[in-house]
Order: sequence, then structure tokens, then C-alpha cells
Amino acid sequence: MNTHAVRVIYKFEMMRAWETLLQSFVSPVLSTSLYFVVFGAAIGGRIEQVQGVSYGAFIVPGLVMLALLTQSISNASFGIFFPRFTGTIYEILSAPISSFEILLGYVGAAATKSLIIGVIILVTAGFFVPLEIMHPVWMAGFLVLTCVSFSLFGFIIGLWADNFEKLQLIPLLVITPLVFLGGSFYSIHMLPPAWQTVTLFNPVVYLISGFRWSFFEVSDVSVGLSLLMVLVFLTACLLVVWWMFKTGYRLKQ
Amino acid sequence: MQPIVSVRDLSKTYGNGHHALKEVSLDIARGEILALLGPNGAGKTTLISVICGIVNASSGSVSVAGHDNVRDYRATRGMIGLVPQELTLGAFDTVWNTVKFSRGLFGKQPDPAYLERLLRDLSLWDRKGSMLMTLSGGMKRRVLIAKALSHEPNVLFLDEPTAGVDVELRRDMWALVRRLRESGVTIILTTHYIEEAEAIADRVGVISDGRLLLVENKLELMHKLGSKQITVELETALAGVPGALADWSLQLSEDGTRLSYSYDPHTADARIQELLCAISAAGLVMKDLKTTQSSLEEIFVRLVKEPS
Ligand SMILES: Nc1ncnc2c1ncn2[C@@H]1O[C@H](COP(=O)(O)OP(=O)(O)OP(=O)(O)O)[C@@H](O)[C@H]1O
Ligand SMILES: [Mg+2]
Repeated sequence: MNTHAVRVIYKFEMMRAWETLLQSFVSPVLSTSLYFVVFGAAIGGRIEQVQGVSYGAFIVPGLVMLALLTQSISNASFGIFFPRFTGTIYEILSAPISSFEILLGYVGAAATKSLIIGVIILVTAGFFVPLEIMHPVWMAGFLVLTCVSFSLFGFIIGLWADNFEKLQLIPLLVITPLVFLGGSFYSIHMLPPAWQTVTLFNPVVYLISGFRWSFFEVSDVSVGLSLLMVLVFLTACLLVVWWMFKTGYRLKQ
Repeated sequence: MQPIVSVRDLSKTYGNGHHALKEVSLDIARGEILALLGPNGAGKTTLISVICGIVNASSGSVSVAGHDNVRDYRATRGMIGLVPQELTLGAFDTVWNTVKFSRGLFGKQPDPAYLERLLRDLSLWDRKGSMLMTLSGGMKRRVLIAKALSHEPNVLFLDEPTAGVDVELRRDMWALVRRLRESGVTIILTTHYIEEAEAIADRVGVISDGRLLLVENKLELMHKLGSKQITVELETALAGVPGALADWSLQLSEDGTRLSYSYDPHTADARIQELLCAISAAGLVMKDLKTTQSSLEEIFVRLVKEPS
């Protein structure tokens, strides 16, 4: 195992975040606070409670998930896309380092960054509403699993994209709608029955539901199913990445 | 002695169907400087990229110090340093950090003292804190060299190290290459400049259209190149070289009107006078006379033009 290599890649990626501190950490916190003010204060005033939880608190897990997903994807996709774009990837490809070590460095760093962001947002949210976490271990588990699997997903996008447009495409056209329609700001039980069924095809629903359960013990689907879906997604991403490395997809001619 | 790099029947077809390498075989001796010459698009970069593991071969194999570069990639890549043709460097990193990064990437313990020596050697030490994007092209080239040497490789590939480089830096590079060779590093460089190959290489390989046309010791090549030719144009066409001139190993042109004789001008016994007398004596009438000297350039162009 080339631990030196993993370390320098990880460090390089983390440094990138520190150097662009504002963009990396401050902006997700700011935008989450805005969501909080708009949804929590403006709308929450009218809804009061969802499934026995105050609306302000109810949306916290969804907001965290929203940030985790977008941050994991953008960090990881950018991290591997940029060296491909500038050509500096030649060095990674010519180094005595395995695909797994490359993943560990890039995905590890991206996941760490979004984990930090997730925690910061949780803490920020704690200033707005009283937060109680009923199952901290599950909560941490969902947090870490989400960071890792969506960083992997971002890594895949970063390999697949051959221009900046494509890099933005999936997060913008797929992830954001899925998150917004995935029950970040409402319980899917609030939807008409037909839409409830449609929503069950949205994988993000399981993620948010499970994560919310770890806070309030209220969920749209059972927590076991949520965990299963996250693991399925993680496995799928791992398989795709494995295939990409094996075939040298977009990395090696 | 076992070659340090051994390339066997290497072929590469790119995704778009382009045959960039065609059955290339090449042995590179430990400690030598090999210059690969070839026109644009000949396949030099492709060859280097396959050896370094950046491009997959379509068929054939590469071994470095006896290790296969696919099966045993950790061993082979760890021994190799690569300076790419393009100035591919990150923008927002400092010189020091990027060199440290390279060393780590190749699995080596941090060694600030070594890196300092390296940067000093390349006159980069006072720029160690500079952002890469603020460096000039020549400086960037040096940084790329520093990165390639950061893990103390045994084999160094320099892909057109002196393209777009001023005369002074070019001399510096040549000096560096020689110093590295003295410390035991094997060096393979590609170039478009024949003078460059002449100046620093031990052997010269010529690539064209994906084929390795020749690999030869530079001195031998120079010797061949040093030869001159005298061509005699005759009044009347001949069917063959007359028996009286059989000892001279002359060459007759296809139309039978020109006789040529190759000789080494450096040796005293060029015997031109003698040859001309012999031709007269054989009853041939000379219409015109010319001498030519082939240069590396000519040989190069000739090799590259006619598909062998
Ligand atoms: N990624 C690629 N996809 C398709 N064709 C490629 C690719 N890279 C190189 N080629 C083609 O392969 C051939 C060899 O290219 P290569 O870069 O190896 O040449 P070279 O000898 O290094 O040329 P130069 O002196 O211009 O650097 C060229 O015809 C080039 O167009
Ligand atoms: Mg080239």
C-alpha cells in the first residue's frame, strides 16, 4: 500500500478546500441558513407541526442531506475532473499507485469535506431550533454513508464528464430535483396518494427518511429499508468505479 | 547486461482507429542517453506514455528492470520519472508543494534536504514559494523536471525537454542530463532537433509513422553521416559498371548515366584522383562531376520519407 501517495492526494484535496474556505465551507452554511430562514420561519409559521415535530426542526435533516449530496458530488467530481482537464492527471497515472489508493485519496477527501460541512450545518441549525438526536449512532452512520457514497458518485461524474457543462449537468438536472422532491421540506404523506407512490422511486426519499428517523423517530419508510437503499447505492457506485478503473474509462486511452 | 527498459512488439491503436505504434521493439541499456527523433505525430509521446503506464498498449509488452509494466506496475513506475511534453502543471500550487506532492505520490518518504538540493540544482530554489501560474514557460519546464526527479528515479523520460526553450536553458538542460547520467540515471529524450541528439545522446532512434526505423550508436551513425559521395555524370549511358572499375564498388544509377563512389573524407586515402584516372582509362567520357556530403538531417529525411 502506497500510503504516502494516499496521504499527499488527500492533503492536496483538503488544502484546496482551505484555500477556498469561503466557497467550501461558508457558502453551504450561508445557503442553508437562508433556506432555514425562508422555509423554517416563513412557511413553518403556518405549518407548525409535521408528524409531531415542529416544522423548523423537521426540515433540518433534509437540509443537511441537501448540502451533503450537492457538496459530496461537487467536491469529488471537481477533484478528479480538474486534473483531467488540465492534464496533470498524467502524474497520477504514471505513479506507482493502485486504483483503490486513488479512490481513497480523492473520495476520502471529498467525503471528509462534506462531512465537515454537514456537521457545521447541524450545529448552525441548532442555533435556530432546539435539536434532539434520538439515535446518534444511526445519525452518524447515515451521515458518513451518504458522504462516502455520494462522493463516489461525484467521482464517477468527474470521470464521465468531458466538459464543464456535463460536470454541472447531473447535479443540476438530477440531484437537485430529486432532493427537493425527496421530502426535504415535507413528509411524503402530505402528498396525494398517487404522488406518494411515484415518490417511492426517488432514492433520495429513503435517504432523507432514514436520516430524519435518527433524529425524531418519524419516517416515511422504514429505517431498515433506508439503510438498505443507501448500501445498494454505495455498492452500485463501487461497481461502476471498479469498472471504470478496470477499463481505463476516460482515464487511459 | 540486462537492458533497463525492454519494449517488445509494442503496438498501439487509439480509440479512433489511429495506428500510433506499429510493432516497436527497443532495448534501452542501463545508464545510456537515448534520443528519439521523429517528425510530429510519429508516435514518440505514445511510446513513452505506454512505457510509463499512461496509455494502454494494444499488444506487445514493456518491462523495466525485468518487471512487466502492467503486472508489476508498482515496481516499474517507481523507477521511472517522466517530464511530459506539455507544460501541464496545476495553477494554484507552489513550487515547493508540487515537488513534495510528486515525491509522496511515488511512495517516497519526505526528504526536504534532497528536494532542496534538487531545486537548487535547477535554479528554482528562490522561486520555491511562487505560485506555479506566475512562472515563465522555461521555469515551468524546470518544475516539471524537478517533479520527475523528486522520487529519485533510475530512468528519466524527457519528452521534448528543449521545445520552446532559450539557448541558455537548453545548455543547462544538456548539462543536467549529462550530470544525471553520471549519477547512473538512464535517460530517454525525444527531440526534433538533430543537433540535440548529436550533442548529448549515446544512441539515436528514429521513429516515423509509428515505426522505429533505426536505433544506432551515435558515433557509428555520425561515421556513416560523415561519408561523402562523388557522382560522375557520363556522356553515354552504361549497361553495367565496366569490369576495369570492378574493384571500386561503384554504384550505377538506374538510367546508367551516373556513377557514384562513397568515401570517407577524413582518411588520407580518398583516392579521388586515382578514381578519375581509372574512369578515363576505362574509356568513359565525363560530362559533369559533383560531390555531396550527407548530414544526419538528410539521412533522417530519407528514412522518414521512404516507408521501410
Ligand atoms: N489520444 C489520442 N487519440 C487518438 N489519436 C491520438 C491520440 N494521441 C495521439 N494520437 C495520434 O497518434 C499519433 C502519434 O502521436 P504522438 O503524440 O505519439 O506523436 P509524437 O511523435 O509525440 O508527435 P510530436 O512530435 O508532435 O509530439 C498522432 O497521429 C496523433 O494524432
Ligand atoms: Mg510528442
